[in-house]
Order: sequence, then structure tokens, then C-alpha cells
Amino acid sequence: MLIGILALQGDFERHEKRLKEIGVDSHRVKSCEDLNKCDGLILPGGETTTLWSLLQWNGLFQAIQEYEKPIFGTCAGMILLAKEIEGIQKETLNLIDLTVKRNAYGRQIHSFEAEGEAPFLGNGAGIRMVFIRAPKITRLGEGTESLATCKGEVVMSKNERILVSTFHPELTPDVRIHRYFVDEFVRINDK
Amino acid sequence: MGENNSDNFRVKVGLAEMLKGGVIMDVIDVEQARIAEKAGAVAVMALERVPADIRKEGGVARMADSDKIKAIQAGVSIPVMAKCRIGHFVEAQILEALEVDFMDESEVLTPADEEHHIQKHPFKIPFVCGARELGEALRRVDEGAAMIRTKGEAGSGNVVEAVRHMKAVTKAIRELQEMDEKGLKERAREYRVPLELVKGVAKKGSLPVPNFAAGGIATPADAALMMQLGAESVFVGSGIFKSSDPDKRARAIVLATTHFNDPEVLARVSGGLGEPMKGLDIAEIEPEKLLQTRGW
Repeated sequence: MLIGILALQGDFERHEKRLKEIGVDSHRVKSCEDLNKCDGLILPGGETTTLWSLLQWNGLFQAIQEYEKPIFGTCAGMILLAKEIEGIQKETLNLIDLTVKRNAYGRQIHSFEAEGEAPFLGNGAGIRMVFIRAPKITRLGEGTESLATCKGEVVMSKNERILVSTFHPELTPDVRIHRYFVDEFVRINDK
Repeated sequence: MGENNSDNFRVKVGLAEMLKGGVIMDVIDVEQARIAEKAGAVAVMALERVPADIRKEGGVARMADSDKIKAIQAGVSIPVMAKCRIGHFVEAQILEALEVDFMDESEVLTPADEEHHIQKHPFKIPFVCGARELGEALRRVDEGAAMIRTKGEAGSGNVVEAVRHMKAVTKAIRELQEMDEKGLKERAREYRVPLELVKGVAKKGSLPVPNFAAGGIATPADAALMMQLGAESVFVGSGIFKSSDPDKRARAIVLATTHFNDPEVLARVSGGLGEPMKGLDIAEIEPEKLLQTRGW
């Protein structure tokens, strides 16, 4: 199994580290050829506008839209995957029926780390969550559900194939969410 | 550090992580900021004057005007950084009150304190600081910097000093990795930083915080060169808006930073860019006019 990590810009290295810690090989994706080698894809945090324009430049945007394997998006990665971005008329990948709001907590001074609830992880469902100029999920659409919450906000969601979080599980040493993506999305899809 | 330090430090370094693989562009007004954002910059640095003009015009260079910073913040959605003078903690307090996303305690501005840099840990907003070698980088990290960049020679349009500084840091890290406890202790003393910090670098094989390049980057090839030498992102100061076609050059530098290892892409984006900034031979700059020797 090989998990692709979009490496055009952003904190792709931290995702690599987390996958390595759970014994999963990863591959940096910068082109359509890179993408086709992978059994699943992670869209990391970074700057949405930058990622959007770099994805358009070499056809990766369309390739990801047509990609049929599991995808996990964190922060900016989630924004790209969502159906709608509040107040912004930009074509998104539109792979999960969510409405999201960019920088919804404000600038960096309002970035924070807090304890959140993630019942799907089972016993001791609390988890440290790091939010960096984070977006919010403002509408859960068809086929989606809330997976985790923090300070009263939905911070994680999924549909059948796509997993998203507004926070950065790659920034903390806790690997449970990466393991969940690999086990419940990629391995199952592989069978 | 980074993953194990206090919550706030993890949040600070977190933003630096998000900026990796990107280009941070110096801008002096909202029009330039919009050009930078459209070209794919991950952040802009709001300035009163770009380094090439600071060099040319002389005088004391200070933090940018508050209204100018606010106008730039209102005009773009990407992070906005701003510079304060070395040791000028009140400029830093003002920038924090303005809610800039990152502060650069920068040698490009005229230093306000010749003995002390700002104690950066108490601030909520992350700092980036310049360094010419590992000891300087670690002193800044010890003070609380969440990102290090090479100093290079700002406003020169000449990448040679950034290359020198990046290689010096890399070489010193490799040396640490070969050292025993006694050697590490001596190095920590020489660097005037806690032993734990030096040990952490030896173990990790890299700085405890992201390591970016700055100072003299003027072309897509310069940006890719710094990335191949180990920089995790690049700052471009005068190089974009002192060239003849800023839109195109900004875009080309963004693409070159992402695809830094792909010479075919680099060849493609290096064409038709018009005139780059003229640039200076470092040997022609009088020693007292070098910006990189500010700070310690």
C-alpha cells in the first residue's frame, strides 16, 4: 500500500512522518503520474489559494476530481474538497457535500490547541487538536456526518470515500486519525 | 521542540509548517499584495520600502505604518507578515495588536538594540528571525523564534550570501551529528544556548523549527537553488517588484519553488520574464552597508 501526499505546498512532511510512524509508505504527489501510483491521497494543510492555483497549473485538479480512491483532507485540504466555500465563488474539487468557511476563527493570533471529542475513536475519545487559521464546517450536506467536535463546532466529517478535518492531526504525535484513514478508508477500498 | 513544547509554541510552529514549499513576497501596498496572492504567494510581508530602496535611500528603516498594514490585511486572504526592528519589542507589541500573522525581527530594518534581540516567547504571534550560521539560528530559537531564515544580503539581488548561510547551517548540523557528549557541550557553550537545544538538533539532523531562505533571491532558478540546498520555503524581497514584469516573475518563482527538483519545469518557467532586478556584487557593497552583519 502506498499513500500519496499532495506535496505542492503545505505541511506534507508532517503527514509523511505520521504515516511512517504507523508503518505506511507514502509518496509525494506533484504530478498526475505521481497520483496514479497511489492507493489513497492526503491533501495537507497549507494556503488554499496557493494550492488551488498550483493544482490547476498541471492538471492535477482534474485528476483528483476523477480519482476514485479514498482522500483525506486537513484544513486547506478540506476546503479544496468541500462543495462550497462561504463567500467565495471558486470551483472546488466538490467531492464532499459540505459548506466551509475559511479563516473562520480569525488570524493567527486566534489559532489554538484544545481538547476535542472524537467518539469514533472509541475509549478515551478525547484528542488534542491544533487549529491554525482554521476553517469551520458550516453545513453538513448529503451523505456526510459529524465525526468529531471541539468547542461546539463540527471539526471532522466524512462521506463514503472522503475524510476531512478542520484541525491538523499531523501536527500532534497522536497517530489514531491517520490509522483510521488507512484502516477504514484505504484498506477497505483495497479489498 | 515543535511537537513537544508548550501548546502555544506548537501553534506558532504550526503556521510555519503550513507555509512550507511556498513563496513569501515583500509588498509595499495592497495592489502589490493582490498581485502576490494571485501569483500563488503563501504570504506577504508588508513593508514601507523594499530592501533595495532601503539600501539606496539610507536613513533609519522602521516598522511599516499601521494603516498600510491594515489596508494590506483587508486586501488579501493569505497571511500577512510584517517586520520590526531587532530588539524593538514595542514595534512587536504594535504588530501583535494589529494581528499580523507572523513577525520578522529583521536586520533589514535599523536595529533598535545592539545587545538584545526581542524575547519572543511571551508573544502570541510567531516570529521569524534571520541567521548566518547555526549558533545564531539557535540563539534565536532559544529566544522563541518559530521559524529561521537565512539572512542572505537583502536588496542585493545576489543569492550568494543566502547560499553561504544555508550551507553554513547545514554543515554545522552535520558536524553536531558526529559529536560525542563533550563536543556537544563545547558547541552549546560556544553558541551560548542550552545543551538540550544542541542535542535536539544533533538527534533530528535539522533545526527545531522550519528553515527558510531569504536575501537576494531574484529568479526562479535562485528559488529552486535554495530549495535544493535544503530551504523549506523562500522569501523574495526586492526581486519581484524591482523587476520589469512582477506578475509573471512572481508566478514563475512560485512554480519554481514547488517544482524545484524538476529542471524541465524550471526551464519552462524561466523564459520570457523580462528584466530581473539589476543586483549588486557583494564585494561592491561597503562593509558597513551590509545588512547581514546586524544582529548577533
